[in-house]
Amino acid sequence: MNEIAPMEQFSNSPVEAACARAPVGLLAELTHRCPLQCPYCSNPLELERVNTELTTAEWQDVMRQAAELGILQIHLSGGEPTVRKDLEDIVEVAAKAGLYTNLITAGVTLTRDRLKKLKDLGLDHVQLSIQDVDEANAEKISSYKDGLAKKRQLGKWVRELDMPLTINAPIHRLNIENLPNIINFAVELGAGRIEVANIQYYAWALKNRASLMPTRAQVLKSAEIVEEAKERLKGIMVFDFVVPDYYAKTPKPCMGGWGRGIMNVTPQGRVLPCHAAESLPGLEFDNVKDKRLADIWLNGQAFQKYRGTSWMKEPCRSCPRAEIDFGGCRCQAMAFTGDAANTDPACSFSPHHAAFVAAAEQESAVPKPPAFVYRRMSAAKPVPAK
Amino acid sequence: MNAEATPRTRTIITPASQPAMPPHIKFRHDAGRGRWHVLAPERVFEPDPIAIEILKRCDGVRTVEQIANELAKDYNAPLQEILTDTISMLQELSDKGVVKA
Repeated sequence: MNEIAPMEQFSNSPVEAACARAPVGLLAELTHRCPLQCPYCSNPLELERVNTELTTAEWQDVMRQAAELGILQIHLSGGEPTVRKDLEDIVEVAAKAGLYTNLITAGVTLTRDRLKKLKDLGLDHVQLSIQDVDEANAEKISSYKDGLAKKRQLGKWVRELDMPLTINAPIHRLNIENLPNIINFAVELGAGRIEVANIQYYAWALKNRASLMPTRAQVLKSAEIVEEAKERLKGIMVFDFVVPDYYAKTPKPCMGGWGRGIMNVTPQGRVLPCHAAESLPGLEFDNVKDKRLADIWLNGQAFQKYRGTSWMKEPCRSCPRAEIDFGGCRCQAMAFTGDAANTDPACSFSPHHAAFVAAAEQESAVPKPPAFVYRRMSAAKPVPAK
Repeated sequence: MNAEATPRTRTIITPASQPAMPPHIKFRHDAGRGRWHVLAPERVFEPDPIAIEILKRCDGVRTVEQIANELAKDYNAPLQEILTDTISMLQELSDKGVVKA
């Protein structure tokens, strides 16, 4: 049974033909509000304000349009999606439209009653993110007190209500040594799936890269730990392992290829080919307030810009992997080389690859990493060192 | 926190197993794309024609042996071979969390 390129996994297999007609997944960033301040947040540095968010009716219309377009799965995300009081109204419409609904939550704001209600309305799956299983460290990473206990409680409720649970564990320098305990935590909670997701360095994570980047040795060790656990927990817990591409030889097929399988709607209703696409110059993003989702997907300038392979330059253009990894990630190419149409520097054929790897090696070797710039609505200022 | 992993165990598929898809697994025909999909947590699978026939019969009542018998009849194929293939496919699906038995 073939798997269609999923959200979180950057596999080496080409995206299935099923994507050609329509995307399979839509990431709905319902809000950028979040009680946590993780320094690797994938939201943009310029967070969108509450008074600019789409209304309930507008989000409900996005759900209906998504189903009509052929989208199969909706990932309700943020920020923290549960801070929207109308989450139930959005889930209800999404489920009725036939979408597979996935709630991506930090798990510190949801009550049992509300979770039960979401389940009754048709919520299919809960993905709970954790910062670490060491309380003090979790607090340091998220800048939020007692989060771990709340997360553990939510995980228990999810299982009590007989809903499937995924633990999402973003991995970086500050928690990579705790990986075995993180895996055990997921098993104890009864998760059927775990994402051991090394941080991808965009937006806040790129800003904090020097504080977050693990060493190559740590990454190799973590891969061994995952391999061992995968075998030991076969049939008990499914693993997704996302490697940090700074230490890879070939780039990830970012988003399964630009404009190929996934679309992203921001709190304000802007439709992006990936959540970091606003960091690229020269793209025009349509808004669901102005245009139909299907029109944006098929004809939107931002979706057309890097779709397929015709935009590629060398070494991508003549590369046998051109339709496997699609030149990697446009945002990383832009951030590191200054041209979004360049090969992703994670690729060993990129002339920037050596400098890219060196940056990771140098930063991860610094004994005392710099203080975090926490994810905040206000201007991003570093926290003074104590 | 150093507790050992909880003693949940891997399900081993046998001829007597009665496989079914749990409620959060959606096995659907996608009319727009003209194909079947299995929707799972953050996963979309595309079952091949044999997997489709097996999954259609995973109702929690029929045993693996009964499923294999039906398929052997429908496809005029040797039962033992079909049984072996069915078990191996269901074991894979069980390990992915798509069926329970």
